[in-house]
Amino acid sequence: MASDIKELTFSQELVSFIEEWKGKPGNLIMILHKVHEEFSYIPRDVAKKISEMLEVPLAKIYGVITFYHYFKLTKPGKFNIQVCMGTACYLKGGEDIIQELENILGIGINQVTDDGKFSIEAVRCVGCCGLAPVAVVNGKVFGSLTKDKLSEVLAEYENK
Amino acid sequence: MNPEKFILVCNGAECRNPGAEEIYNNLRHECSIHNADDVQVIRTGCLGFCAHGPVVKTLPDETLYAGVTPEDAAEIVENHIINGKKVERLLYNKNESKQNVKVDNADFYQKQFRIVLRNCGIIDPENIEEYIARDGYAALEKVVFDMNPDDIIAELKSAGLRGRGGAGFPTWMKWNFTKQVESDEKFVVCNADEGDPGAYMDRGTLEGDPHSILEAMTIAGYCIGAKKGYIYIRAEYPLAIERLQKGMEDSRALGLLGDNILGSDFSFDIEIRLGAGAFVCGEETALIASIEGERGMPKPRPPFPSVKGVWGKPTLINNVETWANIPVIITRGGEWFSKIGTEDSRGTKVFALTGKIRNSGLVEVPMGTTLREIVYDIGGGIPGDKAFKAVQTGGPSGGVIPAEYLDTPIDYIHLKELGSIMGSGGMIIMDEDDCMVDVAKFYLGFSVDESCGKCSPCRIGGRTLYNILEKITTGNGELEDIEKLKTIGKAMQTASLCGLGQTAPNPILSTLKYFEDEYLAHIKNHRCPSKKCKELISFHILADKCVGCTICAKNCPVNVIDGAVREVHTIDQSGCIKCGKCFEVCKFNAVFIK
Repeated sequence: MASDIKELTFSQELVSFIEEWKGKPGNLIMILHKVHEEFSYIPRDVAKKISEMLEVPLAKIYGVITFYHYFKLTKPGKFNIQVCMGTACYLKGGEDIIQELENILGIGINQVTDDGKFSIEAVRCVGCCGLAPVAVVNGKVFGSLTKDKLSEVLAEYENK
Repeated sequence: MNPEKFILVCNGAECRNPGAEEIYNNLRHECSIHNADDVQVIRTGCLGFCAHGPVVKTLPDETLYAGVTPEDAAEIVENHIINGKKVERLLYNKNESKQNVKVDNADFYQKQFRIVLRNCGIIDPENIEEYIARDGYAALEKVVFDMNPDDIIAELKSAGLRGRGGAGFPTWMKWNFTKQVESDEKFVVCNADEGDPGAYMDRGTLEGDPHSILEAMTIAGYCIGAKKGYIYIRAEYPLAIERLQKGMEDSRALGLLGDNILGSDFSFDIEIRLGAGAFVCGEETALIASIEGERGMPKPRPPFPSVKGVWGKPTLINNVETWANIPVIITRGGEWFSKIGTEDSRGTKVFALTGKIRNSGLVEVPMGTTLREIVYDIGGGIPGDKAFKAVQTGGPSGGVIPAEYLDTPIDYIHLKELGSIMGSGGMIIMDEDDCMVDVAKFYLGFSVDESCGKCSPCRIGGRTLYNILEKITTGNGELEDIEKLKTIGKAMQTASLCGLGQTAPNPILSTLKYFEDEYLAHIKNHRCPSKKCKELISFHILADKCVGCTICAKNCPVNVIDGAVREVHTIDQSGCIKCGKCFEVCKFNAVFIK
């Protein structure tokens, strides 16, 4: 796919990061974090390229990627709505928030809307328990959510 | 001009999001408009008062403003700072009587005693000088010039500090083991992979006082003979990472970290390693695997990390809160520390008080404080006049404690006696609306999800327990399921490889211990007493209360509510998805849950 070719170009920052870490023991997770930061997920071709650059078997890279929740194999939406599923958020209706988002956007958890704009993710505790239930959209935290507030949250990103 | 007045703007995660940064900028802007050179505006770490954020505190008059918005900045500066008249409407006061509340008089702070959070909410965490001004790095200086490693161990021993990560192992022993092992290389590790859902104590400490961790790790390096430390931290805490990095740069620049610390021949440096979202990596051997860039799978112990840790070398691992205690123990002495708390548990404990509680937030209390004091005096009780049902401590590894034990003093031994654990400090309050079977299922679902799959008791046992709970909460439970839960749970406790599997059944076993009747109601009567389990409830409309306003029918997402205007409506049970929308929107209390 054309879009993938563009994605395979590593930024200079990423390349130098990999060079810097290449010789350090236990570098794989740190490098995958940087890759994830750049692509927002880890495309297969990128994993292959990392495997070549580090001279680490692709199977090992996949072993690590699939072990940790943080690393994704599919591309999230431009705005990834992370709904906290920590205990406090769960007790205060986090599940209802996910359900309502699914209704509004017409997608399930870990799915992306057709226009690629939104995706929904259920995440582990984001550490804002006093504001429960909480959702995080591209780093911005929305607290004390109710089903009714969700359209407001989405509206903030509709035209971006 | 030296500042005489201070405005502290809480920059904890929960105040920052609703506008703390803008408040900070506006306050500074207002101060400059009024040429108030004697006022310093400071961004601090978490003040702990998370439920009422954004929070602003003024010094030296100790006024606490809650629920502040960026627009309030002008009023605070003009009225309070310039004209000495407090902004009444923003004062925090539980009784809303609008009297001035001094910070220390607020119930929330009165019973607290802060060692770990000593600097949180007081200093600017990004300014090393403010840390130093509060005795920061005095402990490091003391150990490097006046103490030998054995003195440090002796001090920790007399302090009686136990590990705050969960298990409560005596800290001095851990240090001593690692110190005694002969090796060309040793490591110090800070476990900052705070993954317990509903707990954010470590985040508060790391963001609010990063230098306390760096100083403590350096002290440990000196004590055990290590030159390198790792901070293993959740990638989900970017601000904490940023502040630690800035902290390390600043302390290196002042010769407090790196080569020849304070001009001595002792060198020590720290590197950050990111976690990637695996709860099991809180377990020491899994954490080590993850630092080494591998899948975070635990290994059998022994060998313990103190003998064989990172890269096979002796490694000392402590959690964030344990580290934060160290500098204070060194500067004030182990004896001083040992007088705080109880015989069994010395010192204080930080809790993340969350769930169904008025003042949710970070609290630090002396060990031995009762649950009742925390829930009612500090936490302000349960919102909405609901009845307290239970408090859950220790997260997915812990258990519930019901109302009759509210007067239990909190320390390691008492919590254990009640079938729970201290854990890392999550304290989740539950009220009458929370179903204990559902809560157990929630925690178990988490543990099943986080199981690494290496040993079968955890991998298969956990899944089987979850399936049984699923059966019970959907009304298909059988009486013998209760025995099965207990048998499998106990087998997992004994046979699992690591702490995750050994403690995963705790939420089930403890809810069974105190709330077996709820399990029985689900199984025998197909009823969820808390009306939480969707398969076991149904929505109905009361004919004598329904006025036929049609609002429920209009809001029903599946159009199963029938009825003409001004006539009693009915719900077609066969199509109802039990979303509860009708219950929420009805203004006449005509919808009830059975």
